[in-house]
Amino acid sequence: MSDVQTAPKLRHSPDYLALRGEVEEFLYDEAELLDTRDFNGWLDLLEDDIRYFMPITFNVKFGEHGAGERTRVEEDMSWFNEGKWSLTKRVEQILTGVHWAEEPLSRCTRMVTNVQVTHAEDKNGVEELSVRSRLLLYQNRCEYEQTYFPVRRYDTLRRANGALRIAERKIILEQTVLLAKNLTVFF
Amino acid sequence: MSANGTTASLIDYERGTIAREIFSSEKIFQEELETIFTRAWLYVGHESQIPQPGDFFMSRMGQEQVIVARDKRSKVHVFLNSCRHRGMRLCSADHGNTSLFTCPYHSWSFTTDGKLFGVPQFKNLYEGCLDRAEWSLVEVAQMEIYKGTIWATWDPNAPPLETYLGDAKLHLDMTLDCRDGREGGSEVLLGVQKWIIPCNWKIAAENFLGDSYHNPSHRSVDLIGIGPSAEYGVKGRRDNELDAAQHLWISFPQGHGVHSAQMPAETSDPETYQNNTVVAEYFREANRLRKERLGTEANRLLPFVGTLYPNTSFHGRQPRNICVWHPQGPEQTEAWRFFLVDADAPQEVKDFLRSYYMRYSGPAGMTEQDDMENWNSATAASRGVIARRYPYNYQQSLGRSTRNGPTPGNTALQMSEENARQYYRRWSDYLSGATWDTLLGMKD
Ligand code: FES
Ligand SMILES: [Fe+2]
Repeated sequence: MSDVQTAPKLRHSPDYLALRGEVEEFLYDEAELLDTRDFNGWLDLLEDDIRYFMPITFNVKFGEHGAGERTRVEEDMSWFNEGKWSLTKRVEQILTGVHWAEEPLSRCTRMVTNVQVTHAEDKNGVEELSVRSRLLLYQNRCEYEQTYFPVRRYDTLRRANGALRIAERKIILEQTVLLAKNLTVFF
Repeated sequence: MSANGTTASLIDYERGTIAREIFSSEKIFQEELETIFTRAWLYVGHESQIPQPGDFFMSRMGQEQVIVARDKRSKVHVFLNSCRHRGMRLCSADHGNTSLFTCPYHSWSFTTDGKLFGVPQFKNLYEGCLDRAEWSLVEVAQMEIYKGTIWATWDPNAPPLETYLGDAKLHLDMTLDCRDGREGGSEVLLGVQKWIIPCNWKIAAENFLGDSYHNPSHRSVDLIGIGPSAEYGVKGRRDNELDAAQHLWISFPQGHGVHSAQMPAETSDPETYQNNTVVAEYFREANRLRKERLGTEANRLLPFVGTLYPNTSFHGRQPRNICVWHPQGPEQTEAWRFFLVDADAPQEVKDFLRSYYMRYSGPAGMTEQDDMENWNSATAASRGVIARRYPYNYQQSLGRSTRNGPTPGNTALQMSEENARQYYRRWSDYLSGATWDTLLGMKD
């Protein structure tokens, strides 16, 4: 999992801006797929070995933030620690039409900002990009129920046959008690 | 309410009806905090969360925060998280290790066994006025540890925990004991899930009491298959190990209720955990050892779900966890989920269970998301002026329970709401300030 990085390592050259532009377009397209409920279209953007992770966050005393503030991928209980199989199950569940937490379907709007490419590397001929972004996800259910999820995302994108796909996504929601009754949405 | 005795009219045990307002009234909610959560035994955490001297875990009892701490001599204490000087929150960390709890306001400090230790400028300002010994942290009246689980009550007259649990203990045991039948031995995985549900706390507690009737609400996960053998092609949300069993809905005099199951006398162990051959083999062996240890007869009983009065629920097997429904308002519950594994299970088994637990339970769990949605709207429906004129129906299998079930307790051999009827009968006794004899069901 790509961790917090201080600043973009790439130079702010025209090449960088073009690359970032491409990544932004990719993330906006992804948000559009999810907002318009093309869930299978969204699954197509995920690599088969994707690791989709959202830790639980703790209040810890000063000095323990580095190691102790969040649960660890593949080691502790988290909100999500998923591969493609279970993400696909989540989509299948929504599409049964009797998943009551999504019936009627939530209405969602995703705003993506702060997109930066922090690292690019060639891994045995496959280009991998470390990308960070912010997502503000608005969810509305039925009449009055609304939830905002402001999250930080740390992604690894992979380029295969020219197209970008998501290989890793780490989602940080800055809440120790989840201030929502459910996490039925994709981040 | 308790003084003028009208609580009783909200609950009709004989007829099986319950007034809707107990799920939405602010006044009743305040009475619950005062009459139930100051007396009943409440689950506050697990020893595995605080293994070392100085370790602490922040928990809740009712609406108040408590520190569960292991002192220097390894004794466990449960304190109100509130400074004795002016009430400041003493500790803001969810867990950690410390030798002193130092108040951020005027810096009084307390030892891990609760004693007032440091008072700044004591000589000048307090000598002769303040007796430190009188200003220890507020500690619960009783604390007990049972097979790793830590329980506390504010009532010095409450009976011992084992008396309070009564015969429901057998079913808690099956949740806490090792899968191979050894006593105790569970641990909590790091990462207690905490989340807010816009529903009354009793709706969640009641769901786990043995409301098996809501099974159809989980159709979506059953259709797609998310269980421990789902990748192997099995549908459903669990392995179907209880398919051939006689299901048991058992209510207890203290207000607890469980849904457990008794396997047929002659049965071969069903294949479970087929997604992973190592895990499948581990459980095959655990089942074999359990039968060897407990004997054929006792081994037939398996846990499913239950609620220990008032707000501690458990899932006994697939998945395996303890859930506490903290009351945060008539229409708000803070749910806490503690996930359990055998402490000495191989890492691969723990990892497998962890993923299964995550996709089943809690707000990100595919099964329980649907529960949360339903609890939410049931609470809203308890609020309406007209709606409140119509009680809820709890008449399922009225009068069909028997004291002659295969295990102690008032047992229904078919789906039944007797567990809920008994739970609310006790609930109204707590609200009217009954003595422990009544609360333990000795006057039923
Ligand atoms: S409030 Fe804690 S020292 Fe004053
Ligand atoms: Fe359920």
